[in-house]
Amino acid sequence: MVNPLFRKHIVSINDISRNELELIVKTAAQLKKKPQPELLKHKVIASCFFEASTRTRLSFETAIQRLGGTVIGFDNAGNTSLAKKGETLADSISVISSYADAFVMRHPQEGAARLASEFSNVPVINGGDGSNQHPTQTLLDLFSIYETQGRLDNLNIALVGDLKYGRTVHSLAQALAKFSGCKFYFIAPDALAMPEYICDELDEHNVSYASYSSIEEVVPEIDVLYMTRVQKERFDETEYQHMKAGFILSASSLKHAKDNLKVLHPLPRVDEITVDVDKTPYAYYFQQAENGVYAREALLALVLNETIEG
Amino acid sequence: MKSNHMQVEAICNGYVIDHIPSGQGVKILRLFSLTDTKQRVTVGFNLPTHNGASKDLIKVENTEITKSQANQLALLAPNATINIIEDFKVTDKHSLALPKEVENVFPCPNSNCITHGEPVISSFGIKMIKGNIGLKCKYCEKTFSKEIVTEQV
Repeated sequence: MVNPLFRKHIVSINDISRNELELIVKTAAQLKKKPQPELLKHKVIASCFFEASTRTRLSFETAIQRLGGTVIGFDNAGNTSLAKKGETLADSISVISSYADAFVMRHPQEGAARLASEFSNVPVINGGDGSNQHPTQTLLDLFSIYETQGRLDNLNIALVGDLKYGRTVHSLAQALAKFSGCKFYFIAPDALAMPEYICDELDEHNVSYASYSSIEEVVPEIDVLYMTRVQKERFDETEYQHMKAGFILSASSLKHAKDNLKVLHPLPRVDEITVDVDKTPYAYYFQQAENGVYAREALLALVLNETIEG
Repeated sequence: MKSNHMQVEAICNGYVIDHIPSGQGVKILRLFSLTDTKQRVTVGFNLPTHNGASKDLIKVENTEITKSQANQLALLAPNATINIIEDFKVTDKHSLALPKEVENVFPCPNSNCITHGEPVISSFGIKMIKGNIGLKCKYCEKTFSKEIVTEQV
């Protein structure tokens, strides 16, 4: 049977069904356990980063090479002639996609990947479009949750930090809303609270959520603690110093954690997770970053192969 | 004012958009490019209604309203009515239904949306969110209120 993602564009987490999410997560687990260095043999993948993103690009390019594919592309539009010559993105996509078997892209403008999917003859994988979507981050988050908890249903998940501007927490909440019985605990400064439109979507899916004022308060109940960075630039200095203490995770805050609790973070972290957490059994953010390679391998393998042998 | 006195002159053939909320009439004129037509268009702004409120009204001669225009009207003025006129008589009434999507009418209010400057048409999915109309851009996936999207007309 042809897998449902074969030759599909991966633009937004909203386009991916629960079954497809499970397929990606399970394929990632399979590839982590048993590498398949020939799945992309003879395939050329365009990796076009119209804005720099070192971690995402290296993770994608590692995934391509570990599956036996080859990469063409650029790491910053400033290094190309595209921007200087004033070509539309639509034209650039039409040309580049004719050279490759799949097109991985990151772009500073929202909607760039959706537009690319309309002009590309080969599958487009969104590596981030402005403040909109970054579906592969969500897929690696889901994979890390599945790997550590054994399921994506009935989980208690705390989202901490910048819940207003952080697209990773928005997409993660939207993705987990497709599963049943998850409960969200929001911990954020008032100025960076979860936007109403995400709460409306959670209401539509009957997902339960509530806001809390401290991490310690929710630690005994949760399975996943998803930390994000509160950006200093969003506050004045005094306000920031006063507020930030409530959104920093240290090892002592995890005293009453359940054994299965895992701390995730999309990275880079600055000071919102103190280094003493790194040595606790709860820290999982570096493995999570590593999982980005397997999640991206899974996606590339699925869009470029009709079937994948187990 | 007596009810049988026409506030805006009758037309022989064409269509009448009535019960437009005051202030929206001028947007509809612009949206349907009615200022560019050669046909006679008569308008009334801030006309008094029976319940003491006010409304706008537009009459367009020798022209048929398209389905796409009726959809756009449902968005801008959901309570408006469209009467089709033949030989000075109302021969048909169109009811307005909120469309599922609206294409190539309003630009995306997000200035960083890729639709600005690229060869694609704008496209919004429409859905009711807690009783309010929300428009979600197909490209940047941001959702805006009807007022924010339509104020750009």
